[in-house]
Amino acid sequence: MSVVIAILAVALLAGVILLVSAPLRTARRRADLPSAELVELEAAREAKYSEIRDAELDYRTGKLSREDYESVAGALRAEALELLNRLEALQAGRLAGEEPGADD
Amino acid sequence: MAALGRICLLLALAVCVYGIGASLYGVRSGRVEFSESGRRSVYALAGILTVAFAVLEIAFLSNDFAFNTVADTSSRTTPEGYRAAAVWASQEGSLLLWAWLLSLWSSLALFLTRRRMRDVAAYATAILLGFGGFFVSLMIFYANPFATTSPAPAEGVGLDPLLRFPTMVIHPPMLYSGYTLCTIPLAFGMGALLARRVDADWIRAIRRFAFAAWLFLGIGILLGARWSYSELGWGGYWGWDAVENASLMPWLTGTAFLHSLMIQEKRGMLKVWNVSLVLATGTLAIMGTFLVRSGILNSIHAFGGATLGVPFVVLIALLIAGSIYLVVSRRDMLRTEHRLDSLLSREAMFLANNVVLVGLCFVIFWGTYFPLISEALTGREASVGPPWFDRYTVPLALILVLLSGIGPVIAWRRATLANARRNFVAPLLVAALTLVALIVAGVALKPFAIAMFCCAAFVLGSISQEFFRGVRARRAMAGEAAVVALGALVRRNRRRYGGYIVHLGMAVLFVGVAASSSFQHASELGLSPGGSTRVGAYTIRYVRPTATITPKYDQAHTGSTLSLGAVLDVSKNGHHVATLRPSEGYYDSGEPAQGSVGHLIGGQAVSHISMSAGVTRDVWTAIAPNISTPSLQRIITVGNRTLPPEDAEVAIAYLARAYLQRPPQAQFHFIVSPLVMWIWLGGLIVFGGGLIAIWPAPSTVRRRVGALARTRAQHGLARA
Amino acid sequence: MNPARKRTVRLIVALSAAVVLASALIYTSFSAASPALSPSQLLREAQPGRSYQLTGTVATGSVQRQGSVLHFSVEDRAGGTTIPVSYRGTVPDPFREGREIIVTVQKQGDRYLGERDSLITKCPSKYQTAPTGEKQNY
Repeated sequence: MSVVIAILAVALLAGVILLVSAPLRTARRRADLPSAELVELEAAREAKYSEIRDAELDYRTGKLSREDYESVAGALRAEALELLNRLEALQAGRLAGEEPGADD
Repeated sequence: MAALGRICLLLALAVCVYGIGASLYGVRSGRVEFSESGRRSVYALAGILTVAFAVLEIAFLSNDFAFNTVADTSSRTTPEGYRAAAVWASQEGSLLLWAWLLSLWSSLALFLTRRRMRDVAAYATAILLGFGGFFVSLMIFYANPFATTSPAPAEGVGLDPLLRFPTMVIHPPMLYSGYTLCTIPLAFGMGALLARRVDADWIRAIRRFAFAAWLFLGIGILLGARWSYSELGWGGYWGWDAVENASLMPWLTGTAFLHSLMIQEKRGMLKVWNVSLVLATGTLAIMGTFLVRSGILNSIHAFGGATLGVPFVVLIALLIAGSIYLVVSRRDMLRTEHRLDSLLSREAMFLANNVVLVGLCFVIFWGTYFPLISEALTGREASVGPPWFDRYTVPLALILVLLSGIGPVIAWRRATLANARRNFVAPLLVAALTLVALIVAGVALKPFAIAMFCCAAFVLGSISQEFFRGVRARRAMAGEAAVVALGALVRRNRRRYGGYIVHLGMAVLFVGVAASSSFQHASELGLSPGGSTRVGAYTIRYVRPTATITPKYDQAHTGSTLSLGAVLDVSKNGHHVATLRPSEGYYDSGEPAQGSVGHLIGGQAVSHISMSAGVTRDVWTAIAPNISTPSLQRIITVGNRTLPPEDAEVAIAYLARAYLQRPPQAQFHFIVSPLVMWIWLGGLIVFGGGLIAIWPAPSTVRRRVGALARTRAQHGLARA
Repeated sequence: MNPARKRTVRLIVALSAAVVLASALIYTSFSAASPALSPSQLLREAQPGRSYQLTGTVATGSVQRQGSVLHFSVEDRAGGTTIPVSYRGTVPDPFREGREIIVTVQKQGDRYLGERDSLITKCPSKYQTAPTGEKQNY
């Protein structure tokens, strides 16, 4: 009985060590993560899109008057466009300059 | 076998220590492979603890009484299903369950975030492994589930009969999943602060786990309430007991967080508030875990040695101090990007909701820890009872329900006042009609209950109006049939409509709570066979006594030696409604000092209630038979004197027969509660709505919408 | 009033309201609370008409039921002083002689009346299991 347990224990230990040390052993090139700013802008863009859709739904379900909707939607679209421009600039900058996607 | 378990614990501790070191080194030095190794340590921990849990489970199922926990909480006569669940019936086993669930959920969380937020995830890994290491250390040094005695006893004590109920089996895993899931947002929150990356990405990644924590914790709490009501003998579902409150508090702050994180996602506001909520939720979860096992507060749940109190206090103090330090030192990063545009906006409603929820949490916190507070301030330990809790939580709950009816009618950012006023007409009408209907129906005018009914009606009106208008708008745009439009509407706006369903469910739940608390009829009295009594609109008649003997055939299948009960006939206006069979089970105490016959029924006595549950009302019955009559006691003493242990069961048979032939008057407890079923139904609706809200929108929809919005944005600006 | 000023005013109003409510809460908790006392403390300090949480063990041989009233005596954990209690209401399943209990009592003359449904029985000292349950039936 105790021999079986000893074998199981050793196997467990070996498995754990293999699993945990794998990244240290293989000299695999870690995938470059997108830069923090890029991730942030994309998140903000998604949030802005959903805001625009929410505003439209608010208008169509009668919570906003037409004037209010136009002004809110206009402001949101302007903000969205600014985000898209910044995103494009960032992506262009990454392609043009040899800026490695530093993950900070 | 136990040796393998002990080895697993030591290995687990080693892995935790290594993982913390590797993650921290990896993040400080920028050497990603070490952070990666740290993350894999969490996976390894999950694997090791799974093996350990399996060892313990096997020990229980195979009746290996060498294990102390098996001998203390299981026996050969404990039914198999309960034997498997008895693993978490002891302090040691429940610690293992907690650590195991923590490792599983942490592995999942870190796996899902393996490609993002490297720094944040590395710190989070260290913190989660810290928690894991804490619990594993508790097991190694204070309460080891793999402690053994040699020689092994031949038979165990058996699972406490009070725990031999199905709901009891599932309640701890659900609750512990909730608690452990609360620590994940805490770890990521602290990680984000440590890595100085408190941005939109962190919030988005956390959302799923915060929701999962909310879901499991909520289910655990509701299951506990249901267990208390339908399986224990006091007929209530909530007693403001310290441990109940301890699980409710993180749920309240978690609910607040789910709302306020939407505001941060949209407007970049409330960063400090959100991070504080996350840290508070995690800390409250640890405090809840601590309360249950430290015996520091008088509670029927308090179990576990006082020895565990000190390590937990240290951990909680560290968490609180660490949280405050991190938030204060990073406060410039947590500056708000925008401010509230208008008080008449959904953001403002969410803020109000947060305030009420945190207020509720504060009230409950104060009342729960009051014995400690009063002892510290006045030197005298005093406690507050349910009436005090009710006095403050009921009005707050009313405001909460009311807000959930107002919110849907208000637009994001800035609502038009005229439109809002118009939109309130229908819901107010529904509420007013409800009030009139209640008065006309002659319902007793209990102010808080009536107020809750009207608020719930208001919510129903408001939400129905939202669905109706939404479907109408969708049909105007896409020309679909009503049902299809409804499906599309919900699918494309999951958060909004899922949220509406959650609020509807909460309203239903509160209606159930209000009705069953304020309009209950209860009575306690003694009855003999043939006797009857009236409770509310029902007549309950004691038809005849019942008795079952031997563990194999007991009514509730829980292994009792003797079970005495009654057959009750419930009728209303002469029509038969239900036949109920409450009973009381008597269990083996295993103490020879009580005599060969006495010990067979001298252990824990457990009431098995019988209930007729319906949509409009529950009829709940419990019995306490009288086995102390002289004639019955004589059978026991004569049996003790004359029968050897192996024949003692004969006396039990005599006892049962004597009880059936000349049943003494038994004490009964009857309760008729209206709308209790609505509480459980409301809970189901809440969780269903929550699932809809959190379900990820198919990515194709998102991309299509993205492109559409982009072109519209460009056109919009070109026009302007 | 400019927006910043409006916001400050709003914040001050909100905070003041919170402070007032919290103070009301804290104040009432002290007056609504019942102090926890052992039998010897209760004998010394009990005033008629006030509720106290009596904590101690059920004295052996003291449990008697008379119809719907349960009579039992509570003694100090360390032994010594005992106090007779008359109690109506649900009796938890774990209740038996020698177990630790908490019951809310009021002194009436020489007798101590237990408040209805306030009897709580703690787990037996040998660490048994998880929740022994809420207030139970008799």
